[in-house]
Amino acid sequence: MSHPERANPYVSHQFETATQQREASILGMWIFLATEIMFFGGLFLAYTIYYNMYTDAFKEASQHLDVMLGGINTGVLITSSLTMAMAVWAAQTSRQKLLVLFLSLTLVLAFVFLGVKAVEYMHKFHDGLVPGALFTYDSPRRDQVQLFFFIYFVMTGLHGVHILIGIGVIAAILVMAIKGKFHAQYNNPVDVTGLYWHFVDVIWIFLFPLLYLIGRYLPGAH
Amino acid sequence: MISSQADATTADRSIPAAPRLRAPRRALWRYVFTTDHKIVALQYLFGTLAFLFFGACLAMLMRWQLGWPMQRVPGLGRVLPALSSQGGIITPELYSSVFSLHGTIMVYFVVIPLAVNALGGYLVPLMVGARNMTFPLLNALSFWAYAVGGTILLGSMFTEGGAAAAGWTAYAPLAALGTSGQDWWIIALLLAGASGIMSTLCYVTTIVNGRAAGMTLGRLPMTAWAMLATSGLTLLAVPALTVALLLLLFDRNFGTSFFMPSNMIVSGERLANPGGGQPLLWQHLFWFYAHPAVYIMIMPGMGMVSDMLPAFARKPLFGYKSTALATCSIAFLGFLVWGHHMFQSGMNPYLGTTFMISTMAIAAPSALEVFNWLATLWRGSLRLVTPMLFILGFLSLFVIGGLSGVFMASTPVDIYVHDTYFVVAHLHYIVFGGSMFAMFAAIYFWFPKMFGVLLGETLGRWHFGLTYVLFNLTFFPMHMLGVGGMQRRIYDPTIFPHLAAMQPVNVWISVSAYALFVAQLVFAYNFVRGLWRAHQGTGPRAGDNPWEANTLEWQTTSPPPEGNFVERPIVVRGPHEYGSPECDAKGVEHLPQNVA
Repeated sequence: MSHPERANPYVSHQFETATQQREASILGMWIFLATEIMFFGGLFLAYTIYYNMYTDAFKEASQHLDVMLGGINTGVLITSSLTMAMAVWAAQTSRQKLLVLFLSLTLVLAFVFLGVKAVEYMHKFHDGLVPGALFTYDSPRRDQVQLFFFIYFVMTGLHGVHILIGIGVIAAILVMAIKGKFHAQYNNPVDVTGLYWHFVDVIWIFLFPLLYLIGRYLPGAH
Repeated sequence: MISSQADATTADRSIPAAPRLRAPRRALWRYVFTTDHKIVALQYLFGTLAFLFFGACLAMLMRWQLGWPMQRVPGLGRVLPALSSQGGIITPELYSSVFSLHGTIMVYFVVIPLAVNALGGYLVPLMVGARNMTFPLLNALSFWAYAVGGTILLGSMFTEGGAAAAGWTAYAPLAALGTSGQDWWIIALLLAGASGIMSTLCYVTTIVNGRAAGMTLGRLPMTAWAMLATSGLTLLAVPALTVALLLLLFDRNFGTSFFMPSNMIVSGERLANPGGGQPLLWQHLFWFYAHPAVYIMIMPGMGMVSDMLPAFARKPLFGYKSTALATCSIAFLGFLVWGHHMFQSGMNPYLGTTFMISTMAIAAPSALEVFNWLATLWRGSLRLVTPMLFILGFLSLFVIGGLSGVFMASTPVDIYVHDTYFVVAHLHYIVFGGSMFAMFAAIYFWFPKMFGVLLGETLGRWHFGLTYVLFNLTFFPMHMLGVGGMQRRIYDPTIFPHLAAMQPVNVWISVSAYALFVAQLVFAYNFVRGLWRAHQGTGPRAGDNPWEANTLEWQTTSPPPEGNFVERPIVVRGPHEYGSPECDAKGVEHLPQNVA
């Protein structure tokens, strides 16, 4: 080596500079989110096809979702996106206490979302709307309504898995934040976690109208 | 945009350098739980070659049944007592499992990881001048996802009812029924897909963010361009397969019916499944992944050929920019052609015509690359060593496979040859004649860099000659069988009079296939001997740059140290400066990328 190894503690061995490391991690997260869009895209494709095949049944089934709880959850998630964005700002400006506060708030809101979702699932369970052996719904379009609930549970379920993963990551970030690991010089993990969390939020923004509202406000709805 | 980084050659050097990675002392951490991209790539190399051997053995079983239907397989009863209860013959159920596993293993566990992860993963950081992948741990995890997936797939053979038997395409609703082997197949593929996403995410960020000073996009080796395009395909295509596999898993285990039509009757009984699903949805999601997968298999090889060929023709690559552009065009068009697998599945004729035209259009950039390679050969000073022989073999066989591809792109022709041995011939000309020949060339070419020892040249030539001749003897007659009406995946062709008349051709193919298998043992011996020599420190040492090549991996030691380069290279020119005007002006034969 021509120059002594002056270690920059925040830069991993494979990078030359902190900027390079930062850009790589942000690009990496954007690429991952692109794969996630393709993943949920497959589910939205299934939704689109079956909605076009069984429009009436989908509208009928959509009536059985709780718009109030879904709407509350939409508000909860959007608020959590705000607190996450504030956490990223706090990390970038070395505001240690605010960072811990906003990450904690995000975490609480994520749990609230899952809690409301659990209540919704419980209602579906009691109403016999869980597809499979427990499905007791009676209507001429029974099988097609069941198909809607397949899609409802698979899409909200996979979205819920993403929330769970987000909770795990945010909790880990929170622990690191309490230890004072993030500041203006180094905050990549907060930054990319923020990107991920906003993505999970955006997916819900699409799920909510397609699942909850589609039967209510379209022409020809009941 | 391309040249903006070129001037920043020295500015970056003053910034404090990150600590260098040091090799762990314990062998377990150094070779097994490593995050060094070179070791991870070698893990992939050994893994894929082991799977290649296994997949080839399965092909031998299939050729036995097709050449000598219902004859006892010598030794089968002893090797697979659970799978062959009927006195050592290949039962129809076993045959279905064998061709399903052969396809699955060769596509997902051999050709893709060999091209993308073993060779691509080895070369990408070295070629762009990086110390390691941008996300070394993610890259290492990708191998473990692959290894666990592969183990599950192999283990599924020993489950009750045997391995998956719905073909490598696992069309629903066939794949939505059947034994638990299909569930393990789905889980294995989910893991293989995760492995692909994790590794290619590393490749894109390494190529975009990890390049050495002066390594502009216009100076990237063509392998890096191809890996960039391939990674893009993997990242955007694999999630479609992931979601399809998940839905299929739900259909099989949780009573959903995403791919199950209404009122399905199986073995005389109506299924309890609610139905209403669309089997075509599986085909669309599957081929939206699996057609790009064809390009995922071939494009790394095309990129590597574009870098090896100039080194053996001692000429710059003809049309660097057009080759890079063609690579990206193929990747883009690769997303628009998946419907050509489904001409027979029921499709709006206008849509069929659209897919026909887009499929024919993709032949244009592919042909452009072929012509660029031919023009690179034109009046070059050819060095006909083993890797070069395999490159020439790749060129000729890829053209044959490409031409039969254009046949099938045409809807009226495809309706006749669809699901016949014509398709089997075509895909083996592309995947074996194309991808695998390029991979053999790449292994002969980069083995000295990986292990510091050259592979035996005489053995290599025998390997090439035998493989080239026997490959054609095996796969060319399949075109005739296909046009003659022999269906793909058929268990016993002799039960049809028109196929029974062609049975001598099947015997011929089987005999050639066995010889082709034996010829690969020459390679196996050569490879293992090379490893042994590297271990013992005997045999012909490769030196740093045995092929007098220009790309960065040849400007470091063989094998490269932990961290790849002792001094991080500064790139000053493109990758293919062999006998160029600049070389003539300096009075040298070739100029490496980093030599001032």
